[in-house]
Amino acid sequence: MFESLADVVAFRLLGLDPGSHLGAAVQFFLLDVTKIFALLVLVIYVMGLLRALLSPERVRLFVRGRPHWQARGMAVTLGAITPFCSCSSVPLFIGFVEAGIPLGVTFSFLIASPMINEVAAVILVGVLGLKLAGLYVAVGLVVAWFGGIAMQAFRPERWVEDYVWKIRMGEAATIEPDTSLWGRHRYALAEVKAIVGRIWRWVLIGIAVGALFHGFVPTGWVTAHLGGHAWYTVPAAVLIGIPLYSNATGIIPVAEAMLGKGVAVGTTLALMMSVAALSLPEMLILRKVIRWQALALFAGILAIAFTLVGWAFNLMA
Amino acid sequence: MKKFKVLGSGCRNCEITANVIAQAAKEAGVEIELEKVTDMAAILGYGVMSTPGVVLDERVVHTGSIPGPDQVRTWVND
Repeated sequence: MFESLADVVAFRLLGLDPGSHLGAAVQFFLLDVTKIFALLVLVIYVMGLLRALLSPERVRLFVRGRPHWQARGMAVTLGAITPFCSCSSVPLFIGFVEAGIPLGVTFSFLIASPMINEVAAVILVGVLGLKLAGLYVAVGLVVAWFGGIAMQAFRPERWVEDYVWKIRMGEAATIEPDTSLWGRHRYALAEVKAIVGRIWRWVLIGIAVGALFHGFVPTGWVTAHLGGHAWYTVPAAVLIGIPLYSNATGIIPVAEAMLGKGVAVGTTLALMMSVAALSLPEMLILRKVIRWQALALFAGILAIAFTLVGWAFNLMA
Repeated sequence: MKKFKVLGSGCRNCEITANVIAQAAKEAGVEIELEKVTDMAAILGYGVMSTPGVVLDERVVHTGSIPGPDQVRTWVND
């Protein structure tokens, strides 16, 4: 449906040649804009109706006081299904510390949360298919699990800013949700507005980058340089991804274009994870609660993990 | 007089939330007190981790997003 709509607009209305660079790019852009935004609205609305979106306050209550492995399992899972704005990282971090949740577990949450969320997962299935979506989510969960354990091994408590330990959190604010159908509908609409309002720029930029890649980068060049034979493409993809930031949904169209042109799966996965999970703005925000040493370590551990994942998949392919 | 506090560390959504409340009060012709709380210790003191949060007469009534216009009108009016 979206395919034929994009074809009609690009090739009939705009009169572009399907074989040309511009024609291919515009068709890709139109297809992904309509498809991804339609999916976004639908998925967020349904999740909102089910009230499936958890707040960090509830996560904190769930995780506090559990044994390590259980806490980590919950932090990773809940991180994956809690869409939280990176502007909330600081209160979230402090709230977790105050609840006595181990830092390693908090880091597991901080890794899983931006990298995986159910909205991005559904769109991944719609755009890249079930297999790749499952792969991305599984790898993300594993990296979050072990990334947190690796952080813990370095005793990051010594790098937490002093004032963080002194803050005492009040009785967690739990607001009684309005569970009538009308209340759910209003909540779902508000969620759609809030989340789409927050991420639409990233998604649009991602689609534009994907469209340019799809239309203008020659397949022969891609298979020669990014086909997965050269070992350095994976660490290069990770390094490129660190300063770049996009929401997990925004990186999907880029991955779609890359895979379509024959970029190796491992290289693509490494770039996706690096762009979504590692970002300078996020680091600067976290700097308010933890010192540079810990942040550098955090970035280093993740970069190594993404590189290993990328290599493993390129070898298997 | 009703006392509102908007909890948030100066993010854009917190600004918008404060403006929405001020606007609703003006439209309803109700006089309110509106304070922006940016101190992390104070925000967490209210048990809030996801900002912006709204406190009405020392009770947390909303967290995690810009509140909807209907919601804000109810707070201001009753």
